[in-house]
Amino acid sequence: MPNSLVRGVRRTGHRVIDSLWRLGVASRFFVLILLHSGTSFRRLHLIIKELFSTGVLSLIIILVSGLFVGMVLGMQGYDTLQRYGSEEALGVMVALSLVRELGPVVAALLFASRAGSAITAEIGLMKATEQLSAMEMMAVNPIARVVAPRFWAGVISMPLLAAMFSAMGVFGGYLVGVKLIGVDEGSFWSQMQNAVDFQQDIVNGIIKSFVFGVAVTAIALFEGYDAPPTAEGVSGATTRTVVTSSLAILALDFMLTAFMFRGEG
Amino acid sequence: MERTTIDLWVGLFVLLGLGAILVLALKVGNLGGVNMSDAYSVSANFSNIGGLKVRAPVKSAGVVVGRVSGVHFDGERHEAVATLKLDKQYTFSKDASASIMTSGLLGEQYIALETGGDSAHLKEGDKIKITQSAVVLESLIGQFLYNKAADGGENK
Repeated sequence: MPNSLVRGVRRTGHRVIDSLWRLGVASRFFVLILLHSGTSFRRLHLIIKELFSTGVLSLIIILVSGLFVGMVLGMQGYDTLQRYGSEEALGVMVALSLVRELGPVVAALLFASRAGSAITAEIGLMKATEQLSAMEMMAVNPIARVVAPRFWAGVISMPLLAAMFSAMGVFGGYLVGVKLIGVDEGSFWSQMQNAVDFQQDIVNGIIKSFVFGVAVTAIALFEGYDAPPTAEGVSGATTRTVVTSSLAILALDFMLTAFMFRGEG
Repeated sequence: MERTTIDLWVGLFVLLGLGAILVLALKVGNLGGVNMSDAYSVSANFSNIGGLKVRAPVKSAGVVVGRVSGVHFDGERHEAVATLKLDKQYTFSKDASASIMTSGLLGEQYIALETGGDSAHLKEGDKIKITQSAVVLESLIGQFLYNKAADGGENK
């Protein structure tokens, strides 16, 4: 009995120390990326190539989901607002919830599963097939050549994708609210423009998505770089990327929201 | 530097993203609205501002001519002081009156500004003297009940 207790304590301790270790390595890895970003900005074509695979290829899923999320918001919002006779406020509701929360968060979640998992799998396989060691043998720093361009591509494309998601969602809300249900078009837009502030809402949304972009890409890159060089290891790392970055997005979102919108009318 | 199709796609992607930000700023947000870069501020005392908030519109004849830039409490006179930022292109006479109105029955509150007959104009830092406070629904109902009770007493 005490023997199994000791084993349990030992296992817990091992887990804690192991995750602390990983956190330390991840932080060092993050600093290394930032240190080596200078070289990758001098070779812009590397970033552009990665922008294609993280940004452009995520375009369809972001635009289509943005449209549907906006359409659902329009329907659900109308259903609730018409009970209080204020269906003109539909535009405000759709725009504020998209620009402040849903745009950055849902776009980041989609980005984590669409682009983050791909990054992890790619880098994990590069490591498993010893391409990264081969680069080191040729005195090419794999962090500067492979990791940093992917990082900046992710960081650049995330705010753009979130903005597209929000714009598409507002359009979806307009389609359902104005064209399908018949809310007055003028008050839909004018109330929205009165309620949404550029600094307070839109800029804060962009800041949010920028932070999410940093978090998701850094997690994906680290999981790939740290993956055990086996088929099983890479698949586990890919799963961990999606899980960890989704949790990180939601936790960061809470913190950022607490900072940005605390006690404001 | 040679060009590839990837560059074209990435260019399109970046353009779309910036376009979306622009759409959000102009169509969804109020950046295209009243430009308050050229503004002068005046203040007005109210005995009760009701639910007036910072950034509430200031309207004259129903047109937005400025925004409320600040609301604070004057501890000496025990009154609320609202600071209004008015667009430079509109001038109002010195004896203009400000009243707090509600758009719709339960809508947001705004300040209605009405010009007077004085030939001198309001300038930066001036104070609007004639003000009318917000109508608080509870006190209105209270007054109504009070009057009703008084009427009932007389009729007996």
